[in-house]
Amino acid sequence: MLRLERRRQPSNLWRWGAPMAAVVLTMVLGALLFWMIGRDPFLAIKTIFWDPVFGEFAFYYRPELIKKAAPLIMIAIGLSFGFRAGIWNIGAEGQYIIGAICGASVALAFYPMAARWMIFPLMIMAGILGGVVWAMIPALLRVYFKTNEILVSLMLVYVAEVLVKAFAVGLLRNPEGRGFPGSRNLTQYPSAANLELFAGTGIHWGVITAVLSVGLAYVVITRHRFGFDVQLAGQSPRAAAFAGVNTNWLVIGCMGLSGGLSGLAGLFEVAGPSGQILGSFPAFYGFTAIIVAFLGRLHPVGILLAGLLMALTYIGGDAAQSAMNLPSAAIKVFQGMLLFSLLSVDVLTNYRVRFTWAKGD
Amino acid sequence: MREILLKLEGLTKAYPGVVANSGVDLAIQKGEVHALLGENGAGKSTLVKTIYGLVAPDAGHMTFEGKPFRPADPRAARAVGIAMVFQHFSLFEALTVVENIALGMEHPPTMRALATQIKAVSQTYGLPLDPQRIVGDLSAGERQRVEIIRCLLQDPKLLIMDEPTSVLTPQEVRILFATLRQLRAQGTAILYISHKLEEIRALCDQATILRLGKVVANCDPQQVSAKEMAEMMVGSALQAPKKQTVTEQGAVALTLSQLSAPAPQAFGTPLRDINLTVRSGEVLGIGGVAGNGQEELVAALSGEMRVAANMIQLYGQAVGALPPNARRKLGLCAAPEDRNGHAAAPDLSLTENALMTADARMGLSRHGFINRPQARSFASAVIKRFDVRTPSTDILARALSGGNLQKFVIGREILQAPKVFVVNQPTWGVDAAAAAAIRQAILDLAEAGAAVICISHDLDELMEISDRFAALNGGRLSPPSPTASLSLDQIGLMLGGAHDMEVAHVKA
Amino acid sequence: MDINPVLLLAAVIVASTPILLAAIGELVVERAGVLNLGVEGMMITGAVCGYIAAHETSSATLGFAGAALGGAGVAALFAFLTLVLLTNQVATGLALTLFGLGLAAMVGQGYATTTVVSVPKLPIPGLSDIPGLGRIFFTHDAIVYLSIVLVLAVWGFLRFSRNGLILRAIGENHEAAHALGYHVRRVRFFALLFGGACAGLGGAYISLVRVPQWVDNITSGAGWIALAIVAFASWKPGRLVTGAYLFGGVTALQLNIQATGLAIPVEYLSMSPYIATILVLVLLSGGRAPGSLGKTFHASR
Repeated sequence: MLRLERRRQPSNLWRWGAPMAAVVLTMVLGALLFWMIGRDPFLAIKTIFWDPVFGEFAFYYRPELIKKAAPLIMIAIGLSFGFRAGIWNIGAEGQYIIGAICGASVALAFYPMAARWMIFPLMIMAGILGGVVWAMIPALLRVYFKTNEILVSLMLVYVAEVLVKAFAVGLLRNPEGRGFPGSRNLTQYPSAANLELFAGTGIHWGVITAVLSVGLAYVVITRHRFGFDVQLAGQSPRAAAFAGVNTNWLVIGCMGLSGGLSGLAGLFEVAGPSGQILGSFPAFYGFTAIIVAFLGRLHPVGILLAGLLMALTYIGGDAAQSAMNLPSAAIKVFQGMLLFSLLSVDVLTNYRVRFTWAKGD
Repeated sequence: MREILLKLEGLTKAYPGVVANSGVDLAIQKGEVHALLGENGAGKSTLVKTIYGLVAPDAGHMTFEGKPFRPADPRAARAVGIAMVFQHFSLFEALTVVENIALGMEHPPTMRALATQIKAVSQTYGLPLDPQRIVGDLSAGERQRVEIIRCLLQDPKLLIMDEPTSVLTPQEVRILFATLRQLRAQGTAILYISHKLEEIRALCDQATILRLGKVVANCDPQQVSAKEMAEMMVGSALQAPKKQTVTEQGAVALTLSQLSAPAPQAFGTPLRDINLTVRSGEVLGIGGVAGNGQEELVAALSGEMRVAANMIQLYGQAVGALPPNARRKLGLCAAPEDRNGHAAAPDLSLTENALMTADARMGLSRHGFINRPQARSFASAVIKRFDVRTPSTDILARALSGGNLQKFVIGREILQAPKVFVVNQPTWGVDAAAAAAIRQAILDLAEAGAAVICISHDLDELMEISDRFAALNGGRLSPPSPTASLSLDQIGLMLGGAHDMEVAHVKA
Repeated sequence: MDINPVLLLAAVIVASTPILLAAIGELVVERAGVLNLGVEGMMITGAVCGYIAAHETSSATLGFAGAALGGAGVAALFAFLTLVLLTNQVATGLALTLFGLGLAAMVGQGYATTTVVSVPKLPIPGLSDIPGLGRIFFTHDAIVYLSIVLVLAVWGFLRFSRNGLILRAIGENHEAAHALGYHVRRVRFFALLFGGACAGLGGAYISLVRVPQWVDNITSGAGWIALAIVAFASWKPGRLVTGAYLFGGVTALQLNIQATGLAIPVEYLSMSPYIATILVLVLLSGGRAPGSLGKTFHASR
């Protein structure tokens, strides 16, 4: 029987060792999974984790990797504040979708006017605003009615998914699309396109924003009173109230922040890599970002690394799908296992594990 | 020589970093009240938890009625006839009295039959209790009755009581002692844990004194003076805090006028129409049984709970609607009771805990950007001035012992030089030396011109340090009276809610 | 086409059953003090396991048995993580949902175009002949009756039985229950298994009766709605039925309105269950949650 003893201080070794151990553990479990569905486990792991970065076609995969990682990192950075404070915004996916719809709507409203200096910033504002508004619904309901923000933000994901489908065939449908669903392609509208800034690097405005948000979040969390209040409220809510942290403002601040960043991520996605509003626009980024946030220990630098790793599983998963016919759902299972392993390995940070023969309960 | 009921030999239990019990020997006879005496942290709780099957000893063995005894869990302990009343009641607030009692029994009868039994027992022992009430709505004294009746229904051979009087008024203590004496007369052995020497002298036949996990003495408390026992318990002669008698009256620092507030959460106490003035340089003691509005009063004063502006006035300025940090800036600081998660955040470092409340007054941040070196040096100052034992300011608060953390929490507020300081249970769960240091610091602060409100369950403490005394009962505050003029009986009546204007509400 | 009120009410009961099943399981789990946000993951696992089991064995009964096992299986994983490894319940529940969605998509991918045995209706003799009421309440399949029986059983268990009292006590204050010698982890483990089995049954009801086909993401948020209904019901089985049927009512009504071809756009109708859930959460909840809900239990000194 194993017994856990609480450590007096969390182990510094395990605080950063745990995510690494979790990644290794998941690779082992993943290899097992791929073997069980009849694939060569070593080849699968190599195809997913090695080839996209160092393999023959790395020149193609690396920019893709960066493009995938940007929204994940941006959303996860926003979520990390709330998660630190015990405010659970699970509906980032919905805020991401609404941000994309709002940003695309602004662009399409101006189509085909050529005024990038005005249209692109307006789109950015609309994207942020859309995400913030969508996040304010659960935030305000929690503040005024004590409604559970987990459930409300999640319900709004389903609403957003219905909306994006409706807009793709309704209001935002491309009038010149010969009846096919989907909006105009924004990448073909120079005033609104979010294209690569340096050809072949994958770096677009979203990537730059993601990196900036990591830096800003780092400063706020380590140096600013807001970061301190967030941490205090998460660890000891009563101590936070006594210290003078206004919980309601914290809820609004954290939800607004994650909503805004999710909306922004949605906008950059719809104006760039995705290009148009389609029923299939939702890409699960809002949910995967939850894994990224935890895997990165809710720390900006950790999230940067975790975002890259998680993007790698997507890119590598696609590669494995075409190269060895690995089902795309297997990657989702793999990502779920990653979060499980991380959570379980984390026990070592706060507890010392002892093996005893005594009967325990 | 009477028959020995429970015998402990060489019991040892170590936790990482602490040896809680070391080679403890103890023998309890049938029909005796046996005191287990010791300071906080002396190992009393670990020892009784071992007897009750909650803690497995590392070494040593026990015999009960001559047979080897090693309970795997409390169930096994109850099966042989051991019952325990906990210091912090292990009750379920949302359940009824009868459900709570049924949970403490191995084979309870039907709920209806049990309710009848409860009524019968409560009459026999003079402990009135309605079986159908929700426990969350009961007073602390009534909750203790639930625990005691739960134990009595099992016809225990040994009843363990952990600090039972800390939540009772003097009158309630008398009722309890009568019940315990009745039990002793029926042959029940009682293991009575306390650090209150006069109680032990009044009630117990034998005393075992623990210090730092070891038995340091066995004595007959009737034969030994309280002072001698105290010295055995502490290991050295104690220094009582020096108190200056206030000769002149300071200016009015804090005025509460008709302070009322609804209960902030389920099973809380609403504050009702509290009027009070405190002058600078004085210590006002507020006594009362736990759960009578102490926490709520501190929350209203610290700003954690907002009230109408005029209900609280600080040097004439209405502050009732201000948030905590605005009040701190004006000089009103507070220290709530629970240092684990309320007054301090256990998972943050001492530097961060200093930052928690000292930012507003000590200027530890600018435009929201934290000045860590300054926060660290403030934390160091607290550590140094209040003799907090810790290797560094980066240690998590939860790694400190209770006494050290309490010194840190009190010190953090006092070093901010507040004009009004409100403190709840300043020495709860703190060893005697630290308690004396904290009391002295409170007196020094008052002497330097601050107004202090000290809320405590410990009447001895309040008698020692306060100039005036008032009591909280059901969220109402009695009019304060000079401490020197009060007798224990008068205090008891105040705690029970019977002050001049009001008739005590009749109890069933 | 007009809406037939009798058929509509019968449809309400069918639409409510998956959520009612998942919610009654989660209610027991939460009364034991555990917040399992993985209901959606357990439901979809049950849905896929049930579908595959029924498809392969051509037996609806074995299908539902497989669903209950599947749901309980992933719940056991949750139990191991939260009770033994002391992980955060919120994060673990989310992980369970993400994992379950992926697992179901992976396992179910070969079954997308297959068909499955139909679940027979079991009209209750006598009662089903009552005009109107008989059609509404007594002409359903066994699982509908089972869901009602389960609600009644849980109500009786929590209210009258000794074990129900112990479970409530553990959910209310796990430290105190531990101090009295009750096995907090053991009780919670079984509660979680029960919750998982119920969620699994609910999921299978969607894939075997409501749809009946295998489609990715087939539960589409039913698990989350079940969680919402538990909070709406203030953790009381009686109110749970009201909540589930209210929700089923909205779902069935919007499907009926869609079928009548009224001028309301389909999209707004299909988002109505989610909006209704939010409204219900805002307007009607407000009971007192079990005292230890969501807190990690570690038996220290």
